[in-house]
Amino acid sequence: MTAADTLDKTVVLSAHERAEIDGWLARYPADQRQSALLGALRAVMHADHYLSVPKMDAVAAYLGLPAIAVYEVASFYSMYETNEAAAARHSISVCTNISCMLNGADEILAHIENKLGVSLGESTPDRKFYLKREEECLAACCGAPMMQVNHVYYTELTPEKVDSILDGLE
Amino acid sequence: MSEDFVSFEVNGQTLQARPGSMLIAATDAAGITVPRFCYHKKLSVAANCRMCLVEVERAPKPLPACATPIVAGMKVWTHSAKARAAQQDVMEFLLINHPLDCPICDQGGECELQDLSLGFGNSSSEYVEIKRVVRDKDLGPLIETAMTRCIHCTRCVRFGEEIAGMRELGATGRSQYTEIGTYVAKTVSSELSGNVIDVCPVGALTAKPSRYTARPWEMRAYDSIAPHDCVGSNLHVHTARGKVVRVVPRENEAINECWISDRDRFSYEGLKSQERLLKPQIKRDGHWKEVSWQEALDNVSGILRKQLSFNVAALAGPSSSAEEFFLFQKLMRGLNITNIDHRLRQVDFSDQAVAPIAPSLGMSLVELEQQQAIFLIGAYPRHDQPLLNHRIRKASLAGAKILALNPRQFAFNYDLVQIVATPLAMVDELAVLVKASLEAADLAIPQVVAELLANVQVTETARAQLEQLKAERALILLGQIAIQHPAFSSLRTLASLLAQATGAKLGYLPEANSMAAHLAGVLPHRRIAGGAVTNEGLTVSGALTDKNISTLVLMNAELDDFASPQQALKAFRAAKHVIVFAPFADTLARDYATILLPTSTFVETAGSFINAEGVWQSFQGVVTPPGEARPLWKVLRVLGNALNLPDFDYLDTNEILAELKLNLQAVKLSTLGTLPTRLSLPKPVAHTMQRIGEVAMYRTDALVRRAKALQAMTGSPVVRMHPLDMDHLGISAKDLVRLGQGDSYVQLPAEMDEAIPVGCVGVQSGTEAARALGAAFGSIMVDKG
Repeated sequence: MTAADTLDKTVVLSAHERAEIDGWLARYPADQRQSALLGALRAVMHADHYLSVPKMDAVAAYLGLPAIAVYEVASFYSMYETNEAAAARHSISVCTNISCMLNGADEILAHIENKLGVSLGESTPDRKFYLKREEECLAACCGAPMMQVNHVYYTELTPEKVDSILDGLE
Repeated sequence: MSEDFVSFEVNGQTLQARPGSMLIAATDAAGITVPRFCYHKKLSVAANCRMCLVEVERAPKPLPACATPIVAGMKVWTHSAKARAAQQDVMEFLLINHPLDCPICDQGGECELQDLSLGFGNSSSEYVEIKRVVRDKDLGPLIETAMTRCIHCTRCVRFGEEIAGMRELGATGRSQYTEIGTYVAKTVSSELSGNVIDVCPVGALTAKPSRYTARPWEMRAYDSIAPHDCVGSNLHVHTARGKVVRVVPRENEAINECWISDRDRFSYEGLKSQERLLKPQIKRDGHWKEVSWQEALDNVSGILRKQLSFNVAALAGPSSSAEEFFLFQKLMRGLNITNIDHRLRQVDFSDQAVAPIAPSLGMSLVELEQQQAIFLIGAYPRHDQPLLNHRIRKASLAGAKILALNPRQFAFNYDLVQIVATPLAMVDELAVLVKASLEAADLAIPQVVAELLANVQVTETARAQLEQLKAERALILLGQIAIQHPAFSSLRTLASLLAQATGAKLGYLPEANSMAAHLAGVLPHRRIAGGAVTNEGLTVSGALTDKNISTLVLMNAELDDFASPQQALKAFRAAKHVIVFAPFADTLARDYATILLPTSTFVETAGSFINAEGVWQSFQGVVTPPGEARPLWKVLRVLGNALNLPDFDYLDTNEILAELKLNLQAVKLSTLGTLPTRLSLPKPVAHTMQRIGEVAMYRTDALVRRAKALQAMTGSPVVRMHPLDMDHLGISAKDLVRLGQGDSYVQLPAEMDEAIPVGCVGVQSGTEAARALGAAFGSIMVDKG
């Protein structure tokens, strides 16, 4: 059974999402639609900032995969959020691995928590910021302490620098 | 040894195997023990548990035997210090997160992890950190979960994808957060889902209905045969304290391989039904009175002796054993009763005289798997014969082209082309293909179909579909929907012509043990082995509508077994005597019956089933029948004695079987009958819709209908309609719809379903709701309720 059999037809992929997925599909052989899955999920993440079950089902139906095959991929990669709490415009990941920690990452994190009034793993009530619990080293030790906001790295952070970065975001 | 094989060495012993085949298959074949969890001979290689590590010469590290291809001259050690150390290390890791809850685990005593930890585990663990806990999943009424016990072998995931053909379980999350489950709460719905219980090497997936009822070492395993479809899957019935505890597959590569359907696995629960008959009973002045067997059988023989033979109809359900069928017809024919039938769901008998002796598959199940093209006519084997469907699926995966003609779209689990036509239009659709095939083969149109074929146009689509069926090994199958179809004779005639014109073989998917009933002569027009009768009796439909019938004898047949429960109930109520031989009686049966004789289910008697291939499989009783219920063959024998019928002195079922086989030894099973002289073609009825009433998967016979967990898998009955029809009638989803057939009606909630063709409603048969209805594939009045 593919996801199409149990699909909630009220949830559909937007024209932009479909165009994005079609772009990925064009790069792979026609009988290997699963290859476009990572790109498809990224398109949905870009629009919704997280992957809801109905949206994942819609992706599964669009690609002709069993829904569970989409859930597996979505829950495997830490770049995908499957929790609605993560649905905010900007996702902040502060690296707290060894180099950053030695260079004051904990204070940076505390500063952000204080500034936004949320704890790790929470979103601000206005859904502007999501403070992600980052488990892994983000591979920018030379610029520690660092954080990643959406797809952009910011290095050699100070509380003041963090303020200006975050205040500068829409 | 043939050139295909190479020699290699395991533990100093020289073995032969095909190069490139996996080491573990060769060591298994040679009886060399290699521990494993994720490897399963019927599933793809995952090599993720690492338990089967062995030492291989010149390999720097131990290699997994399940994923190491054999090369000529390789040297392997499965028990060397290095291999042993690797296996013990893997076991230590597997046990890190596995709970030590064996005393309360249902798998305890038959657990692969428990067994292997005895051989490869340490008695104490160095691990002192916190063990992980995984929340249990609710996978529905059949499978119990304890996910903390899961070792992530992914056998269940691979089973779903590769065998069941529907991937429902998966491994979500990663590293220590990896979990096996459905991710979203969901009942696992595959008709083969119970097999994950067997493939699970630990106690993560266990059988919910038999949970905590007995320990493996308390159980005794008996060989048996599944009675619910024409496959005849081989079973182990496990008992404890004289009761059936559970049913598991018994491996038979030629029939069910190592799987069984959920229906075969969980139907035993029906044995516990409150409707079980425990004593013979006679209805006097509207009240039931329990009587002795002597008194009951005296009564029955008194009634049967007094009746004129044309006042009696004897009807048997298709899941009876071959021996029961044989004695049943022998007893009736001994009393000159000719109205004998078992085709309770069939309605078109017009070509019965020219039909083949028995509706067999025409080939073995192994051959079925090797077909290159299969055309399913009126067949949804996925629900009707799950393990036969598995063979078709394997054929499909190997590249076979599959085509299906059905009154609705079905959720097949392989790629195929589905031709969907209303029940009445199915004949025309098939006629188009036949006309195209006759044209292609340059054959003349036989007289019998001349008029039908004159009215249809060969289309390009039909030619293309026909092209799909062109193969050296092609098969046309008539399934249950075709057999129950009001124009069965026409479908059969057309299918035969198509087979002749294309060179394809023709086969049938008969109900349960219907093969045995046909061969034993539980038919009004044929005696045993297809022998001619001097006086042809009434068919089941004929008997149910004949005013002369005042006595009905029902063997393993109840209302839900009939094509038109409405018609059957009317006949039962009008009859003076309704004598029932059955293990169960519900309130309805207690209402229409006059004598109830408690008899056996398949686990309580010896007997034989003949599957669709024509394979005979005998089984022994596993438990004694409850109360005063008795094996049915014995009841029939004693009744035969009471009626002073000759040659009724059988000591056991083997004697009956021997006589039956002696009579049948000259029978050659052929699936091609001869063509009838005219076709019966039902006409559409104005202002009605057509009902699509295929039998619900878990409503096929009396035992299944009483199996609790299987019933919990069956949703409440609905009427399925195409959205266009719903719009047209002003019906929204969940609205009550009034459905009328004949003089009674039933109200069911509507469900939108684009799989149903316009002009039809899907209302399944065999359900309680369908009791008020008539013909399964007949016309039906549909109104907003």
